[in-house]
Amino acid sequence: MYETTYHRAGSVADAVRMIADAEDGKFLGGGQTLLPTMKQRLAAPSDLVDVTKIPEMKGIREEGGQIVIGAATPHAEVAASDLVKSRLPGLATLAGGIGDPAVRHMGTIGGSIANNDPAADYPAALVGLGATVTTSKRTFSAEDFFIGMFDTALDDDEIVISVSFPAAEKSAYAKYPNPASRYAMAGVFVARHSDGSVRVAVTGAGHYGVFRVDGMEEALASNWSPDAVAGIHVDSGGMLHDVHGSAHYRANLVTVMAKRAVAAAG
Amino acid sequence: MSKVSMVLNGKAVSADVEDRTLLVSFIREVRQLTGTHVGCDTSQCGACVVHVDGRAVKSCTMLAAQADGAEVLTIEGLASNGTLHPIQAAFREHHGLQCGFCTPGMILSALDMINRHGAGNLDEKTIRHELEGNICRCTGYHNIVKAIKAASDQMAGMAQAAE
Repeated sequence: MYETTYHRAGSVADAVRMIADAEDGKFLGGGQTLLPTMKQRLAAPSDLVDVTKIPEMKGIREEGGQIVIGAATPHAEVAASDLVKSRLPGLATLAGGIGDPAVRHMGTIGGSIANNDPAADYPAALVGLGATVTTSKRTFSAEDFFIGMFDTALDDDEIVISVSFPAAEKSAYAKYPNPASRYAMAGVFVARHSDGSVRVAVTGAGHYGVFRVDGMEEALASNWSPDAVAGIHVDSGGMLHDVHGSAHYRANLVTVMAKRAVAAAG
Repeated sequence: MSKVSMVLNGKAVSADVEDRTLLVSFIREVRQLTGTHVGCDTSQCGACVVHVDGRAVKSCTMLAAQADGAEVLTIEGLASNGTLHPIQAAFREHHGLQCGFCTPGMILSALDMINRHGAGNLDEKTIRHELEGNICRCTGYHNIVKAIKAASDQMAGMAQAAE
């Protein structure tokens, strides 16, 4: 790791000022992606601004029918939250399946979505549930927030403060993890809302990160069962293709994981 | 350079270190506690697991500065007055180690899972799932799982006896 200077922010305003003062600074969440990247010398920020001790960015609460999760909340806390488990079981499952227990104690929802790894789990939940991202400057719908591989709508000096999830009638997540890295080769989040609308969001498989599958959403809206999606296949043209799996393999995984997710949602 | 202070195995310590110093380097090189191991250095293997404020973390993927002000527990902090912690004793009893390289991380992860699930509440399936972030290349895991189950059950008995 190249030299860097660590700062601990006590408030959002503090963090924004620290980043503005830095030559080439980066916000530090739990560091479970950023620190390994720095160790490999693939990133060399002059300054790190730790945002995990900012009180307004921590914790999980219910507000106006939404579940609001502070950006600095670690995955383990989301997975163990009674509120999340009862209202959005799919989100609790997803958070409890990220990395391993030690990683889940450090990694945060804000850090995960700001990084937007195409194989990260959280983007599927945000898009699948139609979440809203609140930052130090504005709010985004999840779909406007995730732009592409490792790319979001965030400015360099903009911090994610919280994510608000509307409660869903049913939600579930199923992923096929890479056996070594545990990252999703394909992860599918399904949700049915009280107005009957359905969302199906896929992570891990697509070239440009998370995406929705319209055909599956329509099929599930009229028939909520694994059979409804069994015959629906995504185009392998937009799928990742690497040493871990071909584009066709990943496209097939999307259908299999969608079936499992619907079955798990019940 | 920054001054980093923490309570390490119950003892207040502090040192001036470069900001890029990893927590595991602080523990091993600055504090000379070499029971915490570095296996993969890429957060996969879990040999470096320690507790920070009561939660298991991979100390190769955390800066010492992030742990400033925290309570840190390493393998050296488990035994008391020469008596092994029940998890350590169970690893010996059940032959939960061969070369021993992964053992400190395994034991700290075991303590973390017992703390979270409650002593006596661990079954084999849960233990295997919870060990996802700890790699052992000798034992094939069977005896590690047996040791953790035995320690969990024994600690439940101890808690009951204490009541």
